[in-house]
Amino acid sequence: MGELKVNDKEIVVPGQVLATGMDYLPSGDVFRDNDKLIASRIGLINISGRVIKLIPLRGIYSPKRDDIVIGKVVDTTLHGWRVDIGLAYEGNISLRDGSSDYIETSELSKYYAVGDYVVAQITKVIGAKIVDLTMKNPGLRKLGPGRLMRVTSVKVPRIVGKQGSMISMIKDATDCKISVGQNGLVWISGLEPKNEEKAVKAIELIERESHTSGLTERVKEFLEKK
Amino acid sequence: MAYNKRFDGRKFDELREMEAKVGIIKRANGSAMFRIGKTIALAAVYGPRYASRDVYSRVMKSPNHGVLRCNYNMMAFSGSGDRVRPGPSRRSKELSLVIEKALTPLVNLEEFPGSVIDVFIELPQTDSGTRCAGIVAASMALADAGIKMKDLVTSVAVGKIGDKIVVDVNKEEEDYEDGMADIAIAMSTETGEITLLQNDGILKKEDLIEALNAAKKGCLEIKKLQIKALKECYK
Amino acid sequence: MTDIIKEHAISLFSKNTREDGRKLDEYRKDFKIELGVSSKSAEGSARVTLGETIVIAGVKLEVTEPFPDTPDAGAFIVNVELLPLSSPDFESGPPSINSIELSRVTDRVLRESEFIDFKKLCLKKGEKVWMILIDIYPINNAGNLFDVAYIAALAALKDAKFPKLDKENKIDYSEHTKTGLPLSKDFPMSCTVLKSKNFIYIDPTDKEEEIADARLTIGLTSHDEICALQKGGEAGLTIHEIDKMVSLAITKTKELRKLIK
Repeated sequence: MGELKVNDKEIVVPGQVLATGMDYLPSGDVFRDNDKLIASRIGLINISGRVIKLIPLRGIYSPKRDDIVIGKVVDTTLHGWRVDIGLAYEGNISLRDGSSDYIETSELSKYYAVGDYVVAQITKVIGAKIVDLTMKNPGLRKLGPGRLMRVTSVKVPRIVGKQGSMISMIKDATDCKISVGQNGLVWISGLEPKNEEKAVKAIELIERESHTSGLTERVKEFLEKK
Repeated sequence: MAYNKRFDGRKFDELREMEAKVGIIKRANGSAMFRIGKTIALAAVYGPRYASRDVYSRVMKSPNHGVLRCNYNMMAFSGSGDRVRPGPSRRSKELSLVIEKALTPLVNLEEFPGSVIDVFIELPQTDSGTRCAGIVAASMALADAGIKMKDLVTSVAVGKIGDKIVVDVNKEEEDYEDGMADIAIAMSTETGEITLLQNDGILKKEDLIEALNAAKKGCLEIKKLQIKALKECYK
Repeated sequence: MTDIIKEHAISLFSKNTREDGRKLDEYRKDFKIELGVSSKSAEGSARVTLGETIVIAGVKLEVTEPFPDTPDAGAFIVNVELLPLSSPDFESGPPSINSIELSRVTDRVLRESEFIDFKKLCLKKGEKVWMILIDIYPINNAGNLFDVAYIAALAALKDAKFPKLDKENKIDYSEHTKTGLPLSKDFPMSCTVLKSKNFIYIDPTDKEEEIADARLTIGLTSHDEICALQKGGEAGLTIHEIDKMVSLAITKTKELRKLIK
């Protein structure tokens, strides 16, 4: 009745037929066209029972509520701060969400000045472009000097790992402070430049090989090398 | 006048030697190179991103979906004769438009309302079939950028020379002294939709249909190469 | 305005290192020059890769009337186009002021060093001379376009061969002769040195260009004489800094010359 045309963990491209017939169900970036299930993006196939899901390997960030993102303060206004979280999104932190303190409009820069980088959380996504952010939850803060790295936003879950296991492993092995934004920005600050470089290389390794298995082992091996 | 043997000895349905590579421009969101014969096309995709002033009004006119914008350009030293004066020409502006129309139907524009996807195509060397090569490269670049699409777009130029339909016309054939028809086609091989169709020259309807079918076969071959190049990064 | 990125970069500089582990006076490892990349259309062409920066240059040759004040000499024009293909920061449109600056600086290094023997480009005094047209295009801008664009132009010139000429001096582009351009054995080099706070560094990545206060592009002949200078950036330079930068450029161009040979 239905025929599966791909294997679990296979890499597929847009337009690739994943299954025919009505037996299988699409999820994620898989769509149905009559009796065919087709991939809409380049990604990794995940087959779970009758559900065919596509885990994208490339693509820009799509903001979602509760995401932790790293952004740059680009303006202070009467209502709060404007934050650039990349591409075509407009991020806003209202006065109320900036801090539990009462903030005078003239004092905005004391908290977050133009040019500051912050780790913020998305509270609301309005339409396709406007994103409301808060700084009031635990862990959210202004970032100090460090280096910023760009990663593919769809690979952030792999970089962070289950319950943060992957990123913690890198932090421990390199003795670096690392913040990962779902929007594809990673902030790294270590005592020694060599430590930071190692963290960067570990993250680059994950980016390159995110579609493979045994990655955690390989990252561990890399971190243990002198 | 019968055209019994192609100038370069190819079979009538044979494509020139091809090469494809993805991810060659690291600063772009997606990129690719496609070479067919001596024609080389580079494509880079930036976006979805903010609409700059010159495209702002287009973006505002369609609040429910984004805009795909294409810019096709030949490098000054890419032609086989004189230097090409830098800057947009009427021809390059027209090609930018038809290439944009060739790619747009396959892209899920509703995924990025209010934003622009910029596709830049540059040709360092040309020998006929440039708009087709540009589309093939642009399509891979869009996939490399993770843009959601219904299918890759693929493209080839087909010619009617004498009494023969030939696939993948080269410059010599394009300049055939007794006249020929040069048909550029872009399509989605999955849906069968033809998204670019242009013709220069005299053609009977039956010839056109024969040409379209011949093009489809050629496109299937090119698509295989596109898929291979996209998957190459993940070996 | 705070700038945690710049602060951090400076702290790395103070340890004589950079984000990619290089010292401040080191070029990026991946340096490649490929000739003839557009050989089927250009008379000369090259693609230069330095780190992740990629630039393509091509040479076309035309026969024209000489300029009235130099009736027995050929000429050349340099054109750099900052393609939006190569960076999210470049826009489509007429040449930007940055592309004009790049074109003119590259021109200056080549022209002032007397690298090309223009008299040898004369075909018929007062009537016909060769004109060299150099077009340079960045393909991926990961920093240091000044130097990479220059090297690409240099390589394309070295790669160039005259096309065949018929009796009326009309060009047959489909056939190349084996004759190259009249170039001096000694070639000029370009080295762009940047300053941020009180640190000077060469071969910047695009991120490192953003944190620079000033830059100085120095054109040097093979005898270490300065043939061109261009200062850019918002901040000033002291004489002492300029001295240091030129000395650094002299040392580093020697290194690059060895690699290019």
